[in-house]
Amino acid sequence: MEPGIPKHNMMEALYNPMVPRPYLVSRTRRELRDTLTLFLEPADHQQPFRNAPGQFNMLYIFGVGEVPVSISGDAERTNTLVHTVRAVGAVTEAMCKLKRGDLVGVRGPFGSQWHAEKVTGKDLVIVAGGIGLAPLRPVLYQVQKHRSEYGQVFLLYGARSPEELLYRKEVEQWKKRFDMNVEVTVDRASTDWQGHVGVVTTLISQARFDPVNTTAMLCGPEVMMRFAVMELQKRGVGAENIFVSMERNMKCAIGFCGRCQFGPTFICKDGPILCYDRISNWFGTREV
Amino acid sequence: MADLERSLAGTSFCEGMQPFHISLLARGAGERAFQAGQFVFHEGDEANSLYILLKGHVSLEVSTPARGAIVFQTIGAGDALGLSWLFPPFRWHFDARAIEPTQTIVLDAGRLRAQIEEDHDFGYELLIRIASVMVTRLQATRLQMTDMYGAGDS
Repeated sequence: MEPGIPKHNMMEALYNPMVPRPYLVSRTRRELRDTLTLFLEPADHQQPFRNAPGQFNMLYIFGVGEVPVSISGDAERTNTLVHTVRAVGAVTEAMCKLKRGDLVGVRGPFGSQWHAEKVTGKDLVIVAGGIGLAPLRPVLYQVQKHRSEYGQVFLLYGARSPEELLYRKEVEQWKKRFDMNVEVTVDRASTDWQGHVGVVTTLISQARFDPVNTTAMLCGPEVMMRFAVMELQKRGVGAENIFVSMERNMKCAIGFCGRCQFGPTFICKDGPILCYDRISNWFGTREV
Repeated sequence: MADLERSLAGTSFCEGMQPFHISLLARGAGERAFQAGQFVFHEGDEANSLYILLKGHVSLEVSTPARGAIVFQTIGAGDALGLSWLFPPFRWHFDARAIEPTQTIVLDAGRLRAQIEEDHDFGYELLIRIASVMVTRLQATRLQMTDMYGAGDS
C-alpha cells in the first residue's frame, strides 16, 4: 500500500464496477404487500459505502439475476445500505422474499444525483408518486439536516390508495414538522380517508412556492412526471430547474451495453437524475 | 356585498375577472359554512348553486352497494364546487361532503343562468372558468384511470 493513502481508498481504487460485492441482509421491513425494504451490510469488508442521494445500485440475487434499485437510505449512514424493492418481476419477487442472513451481490453506486446542496437558498418542490418516494427519501434526509439553508420545502406525494402509501409513518412525522409542507393525495379512497383525493399534479397548483426561485425534483411513473412538469411550467418553474429521475432497462450500469439509452443519454451513466431541459425533446416521445 | 366581492376576487376561480363581473357574480350570493362531515349536496338533488370554496376541503363521493362510499376527488380553497347547475336536468351527479370545517360562497344558479343569457361578456368570463375547471378535472380523471401507480409503472 502506498504511504498516506487510507486503506478504504485503496480498496475503492481497486474496485471493479462489474464485479458484485457480497452483502448480507441485516434486516428487512415489509412496507406494503408487494414492497420490502432491505438493510444490507458488507459481508467481507468494513469500508464505508459512499453514495449520494439519487444514485442506485445493481442488486444481484445469485442464480436469479440482477436489477437496478435506487438507494433509499440516508447517504450519510455509510455502514448500512438501504433499498426499497417492489416485486414486479422474477428478480424483484425473489428479492422481496429475502430474509435476515441472506446474501446479495451489490455493484455500485452508479449514476447522477439530485444535488440538493447546489440549490440552497431556493424553494424546493419534491413530487413523488408511488414507489418514487424511495429515491427521493435520501434527499429529504439531506434537506432536513440542512433545513435552514433552503426556502419553502414541499413534499407532494401521490399514491394509489391510503393502503399503498410508502413509508407512511415517516411521512406522517414529516407532516408534523413546522418547517416542511407535506401534502399527500391518493387516487381513490373510502370515506375513512381524511386527506386529498386526486392526482398528485393537482397538489402543485395549490402549493405556495416562488416559481422563479424554485427547484423541483420529481420521481414516479413517467406519465405522472410528464403532467407534473407541465403543471410546474404552468406555474412558471423553468425547465432548467426541474429534475426528473428516469428509469430504463439497465444492464451494465456503466454506459457500455446501451440497454438504457434514452435519446442521446444513457440513463445509467448520465442519469438517472436528469435536468428536464436536457431531455425535454425526448420526454414523452413514445418511440424513445 | 363588498365583503363578498372582496372574498370572490381573492379566489383563484375569479383571478383576472373584471370587478364589474365580480359584482354581477356576487348578486344574490351568500356565505355558507359546513361542519366536518356535513353534506354540501346529495346526488339526485336539484343543482341550484355554484359553490366557491374559501377555506377547507370537500370530498366528491359516489356510493356503491358493494363498496360503500368511494371518494374520487377532493376540492380545496379557491376551487369551484358543483357544475351540474349549468346543464339540464340540473341535478347533482355525486355527493359532496365537507371533510373539515369549510367556508363557501354560494352563488344562485338560476340567477347565474339568467345573467349568462343576458350578458354574454359575463357569460364568457364565467364559462371560460367553468371550462377550465372541467378540463383540469377531466385530465386528472384520465390520469387516475391509467392506474399509473400499478405494478411496472413506477
